[in-house]
Amino acid sequence: MFDYTYLPEMNLIPYLAEMMVKIVFIFSMNMGVFAPLLGWVERKQSALMQDRIGANRADIFGFTVFGLLHTLTDAIKLLTKEDFIPRGADRTLHYLAPFIAVVPALVAFAVIPFGGQYELWGHKANLVIADLDVGMLYIFAVASVGTYGAVIAGWASNNNWSLLGGIRVGAQMLSYEVAMGLTLVGIFMVYGTLRMTEIGAAQENFFHWGIFLQPVGFFLFIACALAENKRTPFDIPEAESELIAGYFTEYSGLKFAMFWMAEFLEMVTISAVLVALFFGGWQIPFVSHQMLADFFGFLGPNLAQVVTMLIHVGVFWAKVCLWIFILMLIRWTLPRFRYDQVMKLGWKIILPLALINIAVTGAVILLVR
Amino acid sequence: MQLLMFYGFGFFALFGAIGMVMSRQPVMSALLLIVNMFCLAGLYAQLDAHVIAALQLIVYAGAVMVLVLFVIMLLNLREKQGIVSKHQVALQAVGISALGFFVTAIIARLEPGKLPAAKEPAEGFGTMAAVGKLLFTDYLLPFEIASVLLLAAMVGAVILAKSKV
Repeated sequence: MFDYTYLPEMNLIPYLAEMMVKIVFIFSMNMGVFAPLLGWVERKQSALMQDRIGANRADIFGFTVFGLLHTLTDAIKLLTKEDFIPRGADRTLHYLAPFIAVVPALVAFAVIPFGGQYELWGHKANLVIADLDVGMLYIFAVASVGTYGAVIAGWASNNNWSLLGGIRVGAQMLSYEVAMGLTLVGIFMVYGTLRMTEIGAAQENFFHWGIFLQPVGFFLFIACALAENKRTPFDIPEAESELIAGYFTEYSGLKFAMFWMAEFLEMVTISAVLVALFFGGWQIPFVSHQMLADFFGFLGPNLAQVVTMLIHVGVFWAKVCLWIFILMLIRWTLPRFRYDQVMKLGWKIILPLALINIAVTGAVILLVR
Repeated sequence: MQLLMFYGFGFFALFGAIGMVMSRQPVMSALLLIVNMFCLAGLYAQLDAHVIAALQLIVYAGAVMVLVLFVIMLLNLREKQGIVSKHQVALQAVGISALGFFVTAIIARLEPGKLPAAKEPAEGFGTMAAVGKLLFTDYLLPFEIASVLLLAAMVGAVILAKSKV
């Protein structure tokens, strides 16, 4: 899904360098910052919401650093734990499943722009790893492949609870993928493109943010995204009170950590998609790219662009962090749905509402233009 | 680079297809079919048909195969002794491939130049806009007929299942 055709016309070296920098940046953001830190954030937040003190026991010479050391101890524990494969399990598939879960969660970020386009020393930098024409469809495709990690894990564990968890994942993902695709059709109609960078650029005007143009689509999408993420209130595939831990019951050590990581990375990706589609991406309300560049004009044209770029990237990640926080807030607020409730919500409420939303959006676009 | 990727995708697509037919385990077969579909999506992407590639992943590799796996898991089909032996399957596979190869070879021999030559794709080929425009102008009727057909199948399935539930 990569456009080779325009490669020869470009200067290859800066292009490749830019690509490497972007990939390393996103990879280190996800694996180095979010994957380890979200566990800590979640603990601290749940403690705050449930009026507890929270993770603060691990210490080095009495320094607890707000419980941050728990992240370290967790990592050591997960790395040194016995890697257990149950008897009668399919060893190959049992081994493969966590990788199938974690890789799509990592690569889905490729089409999300974390900044605009900047002219740096004559080189045009476009802050997105792959600016694909199919844009959002790519994320849907990758997400649908990611489902297999959980389904295969449930199958390969040779455990009835795991199998039930795997079956539930399959049913839930299938139901909500359809609805999720339809909830975003309104957004594509409004902006007239699937390309994430164009959607981001179209939101330079504060009142053109997706949340104002597609409020219904936004709420429907957030419900579907939560369901795809398999977290409370949609965590029936891993419901502790019914299925022990669902599809990853039989996983331990690093492989368990990979499922856990996949879930967190999915949350980061969902937040990033929410920001990119509905909350202006890297844009700051009422402050356009040009205004920022002019404000820092005293630094010279190139440095001004660099500062603008850094601010935009910072704004993007700040918005993403805010959304992660809100998603976690939902997790600690709502109780778990029952299986039939989840199915009913998906097929009988969200799907028809999404279809109505598309029809209304189409009618409004026809009237306005 | 392109050629290398073509061979890579092609090899794994064949590997998936052959493995799917040969495997004794229904789940393994389904997974290998997913490998095959994934590689086909890669080949489509290389042909600049990006939309088809994405849809192949979403619809076939994503939705249809999840459903297949779902049914296999629901019925809990474990390893089965096949009705036909592995040799028979292998022979059939070789036979069919050979037949296909010979038919192609004969056509190429009899009517040289009749096989379509590679053409430069049109501007914007395979993009969302191009595919959408074609679907809603030139191919509107087949598109609508297909959707009505699918709807009829869905309603039919519901009615058939409803009498039993």
